[in-house]
Amino acid sequence: MMEIFSHLIDGFGIAFQPFNLGMMVLGCLLGLFIGAMPGLGSVNGVAILLPITFFVPPTAAIIFLAAIYYGSMYGGAISSIMLGIPGASTAVATTFDGRPMALQGKADFALVAAAVASFVGGTISIILFTLFAPPLADFALRFGPQETFALMVLAFATFVGLGGDDIPKTIFMILLGLVLSTVGLDTISGRPRLIFFDLQGFYKGISFIVLAIGIYGIGEMLWTLETSRGKVEIISHRFTWQRLKAALGEVKTAWKTMSFSSLLGYFVGVLPAAGATPAALMAYGLTKSFSDTPEKFGKGEISGVAAPEAANNAASTGSMLPMMTLGIPGSPTTAILLGGMVIWGLTPGPLLFLQQSEFVWGLTASLYAANFVTLILNLALIPLFVWVLRMPFMILAPLIFVLCFVGSYAPDTRMFDPWLVLLFGFVGYVMRKLDYPLAPLVLAIVLGPLAEDSFRQTMIADLGDWTVFFTRPLSGIIMAFAVLLFAAPLLKGVRRRKAAADKT
Amino acid sequence: MTFSRRSAFGVGTAGALALVATAVTPAAAEWKPVKPVEFVVMAGQGGGADKLARFIQSIIEKNKFADVPFIPINKGGGSGADALRYLKDNAGNDHVIMATLNSYYTTPLRNPGIGVNINEFTPIARLAEDTFVLWVNANSDIKTVEDYIKVVKEKGTGWKMGGTGTGQEDSLVTAMLEKAYGLKMTYVPFKGGGDVAVNLVGQHVDSTVNNPSEAIGFFEAGKVRPLASLTREPITELKDVPTFKSLGQDLVYRMQRSVVAPGGIKPEVADYYKSIFEKVFASTEWKDYCKKNALQCAWLSGDDLKKYFDEEEAKHAALLKEMGEIK
Repeated sequence: MMEIFSHLIDGFGIAFQPFNLGMMVLGCLLGLFIGAMPGLGSVNGVAILLPITFFVPPTAAIIFLAAIYYGSMYGGAISSIMLGIPGASTAVATTFDGRPMALQGKADFALVAAAVASFVGGTISIILFTLFAPPLADFALRFGPQETFALMVLAFATFVGLGGDDIPKTIFMILLGLVLSTVGLDTISGRPRLIFFDLQGFYKGISFIVLAIGIYGIGEMLWTLETSRGKVEIISHRFTWQRLKAALGEVKTAWKTMSFSSLLGYFVGVLPAAGATPAALMAYGLTKSFSDTPEKFGKGEISGVAAPEAANNAASTGSMLPMMTLGIPGSPTTAILLGGMVIWGLTPGPLLFLQQSEFVWGLTASLYAANFVTLILNLALIPLFVWVLRMPFMILAPLIFVLCFVGSYAPDTRMFDPWLVLLFGFVGYVMRKLDYPLAPLVLAIVLGPLAEDSFRQTMIADLGDWTVFFTRPLSGIIMAFAVLLFAAPLLKGVRRRKAAADKT
Repeated sequence: MTFSRRSAFGVGTAGALALVATAVTPAAAEWKPVKPVEFVVMAGQGGGADKLARFIQSIIEKNKFADVPFIPINKGGGSGADALRYLKDNAGNDHVIMATLNSYYTTPLRNPGIGVNINEFTPIARLAEDTFVLWVNANSDIKTVEDYIKVVKEKGTGWKMGGTGTGQEDSLVTAMLEKAYGLKMTYVPFKGGGDVAVNLVGQHVDSTVNNPSEAIGFFEAGKVRPLASLTREPITELKDVPTFKSLGQDLVYRMQRSVVAPGGIKPEVADYYKSIFEKVFASTEWKDYCKKNALQCAWLSGDDLKKYFDEEEAKHAALLKEMGEIK
């Protein structure tokens, strides 16, 4: 234990060298804006800025890139809340409650909640990272396809087992999402599936970011325009110290949510197959199902913003662990960081901690510092964001439409995606009118491929024996939780009916 | 601003004049890109091909081999179908090149629907061939290929071979192994080579045919054991690991790392790119990378490369036919 602290103190010495510190602040700031720009996420940011790092020492380079990664995790929430377009894939779940909060004139509260939750998630996960990196890496190795599938079932269970929403409609949306997630070339067989009208574009599959931008950006915007006839004033007041204090007071009530989501997010991030997006969605689902007032979720509940934001930051730290200890990325962004490490002449893998301790501990210490820096930058910039939202809606709405198209075109640079956004926008609008929950659809298209691959890998590996999901110790435990969650609404319903019967 | 731009222009012109004056064959030095070059990658961000492309980009930028940036663009959809189609649609575009893998042959063969004929593209250079090695977990009792064959024969379909998607390189190698030794095992496909390696270390699969670059970190940490390589000569970085060839089976499989340009470009454009990659190939960074990742770095270009592509395409067509992937 003492050894870790002395390493960490050395690490701070490295992280606080003026050059490294400067790289970190610059990275955080760039990351914030990259994250906030729809269509540009940490993956693109890190990939675009990677070449810059060839001219600085590896430690400064990783500090810079990790700061971008971190900053964009914070930044993703900004456009999710303000514009209703997920700024990054990891911030999809933040739109669920962040957007309604903004429409209620509480955008500043949501932004504070996102910043503070991100800070909590980042800090808890980096402490875990410092103390338990090697044993956690070993634990992650015990996750085979069977365990991954069990975890996916648990995630779906959290969304079905929610009070508030209509269960048949929720299940319908999950199934629709699962069908959409199978479009394109199948990983297992490599064969094309569901290539509608023989359109080339479907070979690539339907990216969930396109779906999310369509239904949340376009669909919700149409809905808002219709219901308000354009007389939306998102926010009328300025962001003052009083508002900040009031917001912090409200965020404090969500401390349980934030700590739980941080732990969950970190753990999911550590797993080789997952990443920050599934982590945020799972945290949202679990928070909702454990809440006393699940019906408030999706309508502007502050815990609904805090949960995914704590989880996605925790997961981004978590996914650095398999990157550094195993040499395998837990997320697309860490995959690029990994490539960077190779270019700088480091070999990520089990020996990195022994051979490159300056690099590892310099990075660790800089993550502690990056968390503080992004929190302060975020809070300081809220007045600016609030000012943007005070623009007349007639100006803001077309801007949001433009950002939706830019954001969907940017990741893959093909016109097919903006057309899909338009299509999903109209479909999303209709579904919204018919009162179908949209979050389960997004969840299913994100987790569908993971669930399908891990299920089929298990079936192939265990020759079609499905009982392994229950007999393997780890997956068995996760499955048991999932079954309980599925059953929860039934039990709740029975109890409620009984209570009603007792009264009469 | 005006001044500096003009002076830069002046220097540029002077440089060009000097080049023309010294060049023996003036035609070769004439064409230069006027805007950033799109460096299309046939795979998603973070994969082996992507890392390599970004590494090449870094060599070009660091050593200032080119006046314009080479920007990697990932078009990994449909096992590279997206990228191939993009290259076809950019015929005659002087500012697009593409980094290839073996899906360069297999994807058009398996998806004739994309309407791509790779013979229309312009081969630029082959920089390296990636190699394949048979690995087991270090805790396993299997120490040699002989042990391996014995155990796999015993276990039959209970033996799990992990690899990348069906129809991709790992599954082809597995099919070759099965045919050569009369084995029948269960092939479990994963998303990428990194996933495959981790599942071997976590003992969720029993063996793999990872590229050395994917498994070398675990090998150095003593977590996985190489049994034999599918190369002509032993791999120097994996000491004492025999080749299948030396064990009496002619099993050789390589994955190309090449660069191609769209069809319909002028010869001087192709020559320009060839000269850039010649410089990359000669750089010390590239040599170190080859050594560290056990890549076999052998240069090919021009007609030799075209011949190589033709041979490899025919070989893959035969392999896919044998696996029942194509008719």
